[in-house]
Amino acid sequence: MNISIFDVTGPVMIGPSSSHTAGAAKLGRIARLIAEKPFKKVSFGLHGSFADTYKGHGTDIALVAGALGMYEYDERLSQAFEIAKKEGIEYEFYKTELDDMHENSVKITFTFDDGTQCNVWGSSIGGGQIKIVRINEFDTEFNATAPTLIVNQYDKKGVISNISKVLFDCNINIAVMKLSRTARGKNACTVIETDGKIPENVVNTLRGIENIISVQAINV
Amino acid sequence: MSYNSIQELFNLAEERDVPLSQIVLETESVLTERSNEDIYNEMERRYEVMKSSAKNALFESRKTAGGLIEGITKTHYSYTLKGDTLSGDFINKVMSRALSCSEVNASMGKICAAPTAGSCGIIPAVVISLEEALNLPKKDVLDALLSASGIGAVITKNATVAGAEGGCQAECGVAAAMAACAAVQMKGGTRRQCINAVSIALMNVMGLVCDPVAGLVQVPCAQRNASQAVNAIISADMALAGMESIIPVDQIIDAMYKVGKMLPMELKETAKGGIAHTPAGKEIFNKIFGK
Repeated sequence: MNISIFDVTGPVMIGPSSSHTAGAAKLGRIARLIAEKPFKKVSFGLHGSFADTYKGHGTDIALVAGALGMYEYDERLSQAFEIAKKEGIEYEFYKTELDDMHENSVKITFTFDDGTQCNVWGSSIGGGQIKIVRINEFDTEFNATAPTLIVNQYDKKGVISNISKVLFDCNINIAVMKLSRTARGKNACTVIETDGKIPENVVNTLRGIENIISVQAINV
Repeated sequence: MSYNSIQELFNLAEERDVPLSQIVLETESVLTERSNEDIYNEMERRYEVMKSSAKNALFESRKTAGGLIEGITKTHYSYTLKGDTLSGDFINKVMSRALSCSEVNASMGKICAAPTAGSCGIIPAVVISLEEALNLPKKDVLDALLSASGIGAVITKNATVAGAEGGCQAECGVAAAMAACAAVQMKGGTRRQCINAVSIALMNVMGLVCDPVAGLVQVPCAQRNASQAVNAIISADMALAGMESIIPVDQIIDAMYKVGKMLPMELKETAKGGIAHTPAGKEIFNKIFGK
């Protein structure tokens, strides 16, 4: 069994829908952690059931709440639009078709002050659980139920070995590791789920490794 | 020691002659590196959220989007308290509590999903009502919730609990199966009776579609929380009476999953079929969203 009973009897959350409200809030929150930097605008491309029923389930409110960093049990969740306006963050929704994705899926686009963007694709897969399936140009798959490292690197020999050495030296066990690249020798993305929390100093050490472009840790 | 099917969970408990909840507890402890005490405390915190959501709409109606179920709990609970019902005090209290959780949920209030928010009233309604009726100690209640959660974990792993993927049978149906297991354990039934209750509850709900009016988690969700809580109770009673499931429980779960896959998208939370798509249902949609 690899599913915690508290992912079944739970989450404790603000209603009305675990997949359309709590899952949406978590997608927004995890995407914000992936984007890392402060942003001025966030857009949500809604697919499938998200596109059809988002208003009734408060999916739109929950996505914005998550992008603002709120947890799915935060009692301020229903005021997310007002809070976003106060913080000067723009948000928008549009309906879209995302090929081969789960019924409850969204493409989240953060726009930063310098005009650059970060895109995250994810699905709400039931009971408040989510999976992230794509980050910018890289396919991936993780649930954000375990601490997760997201590493962008150049596709060069030895990078993975250096990453795993740092984790070994810090006594962190790798539970799952997924690697994808745009083309041989170009950019690559490594997603690593670990058994223990990932401390800030580990992230900084990883950032110092040759051929690594960026590192983010999501400590759930 | 772990399990990936109900049969495996059952076998592990049989081998050691312990309740299903003991195996679930130990498995959770290994998986999440938490102590037994910590797991009990966490379950108790969730049970407290369940208790408040099962109570908070009994006496006061809650404001919900479109107002489709505003006040239905209060009305049903008043009827229950008059004591002149067809199905009796116990069943009507069960239904009142299930309705309360649904109404609180629809009002963007705090609930504990079990296994989902749309089905959040079923397990609380059954467990709270049995705790009261059987006057059980807290540990027995938490153990019943552990067993129910173990059943839910297997179904989540091997099938689905998302209405958008499996229809209402995967949400309210799975909640009823989990609650049926808890109910048998609370009544002192055997491990086999627990498993049979899961099978019976799922058989009773096979094929139920997810067709929320106007896409809101209100109608028929609240009514189905009430009726599936009752399904859990009667399934537990059938199992306790000695009824065996002629189909193994894991095969029933697999069948439920396959039926969910066969259901067209219109009947899976999209509000494009079922009662959501009746002329009256569409009219409500237009009224609320002004289209």
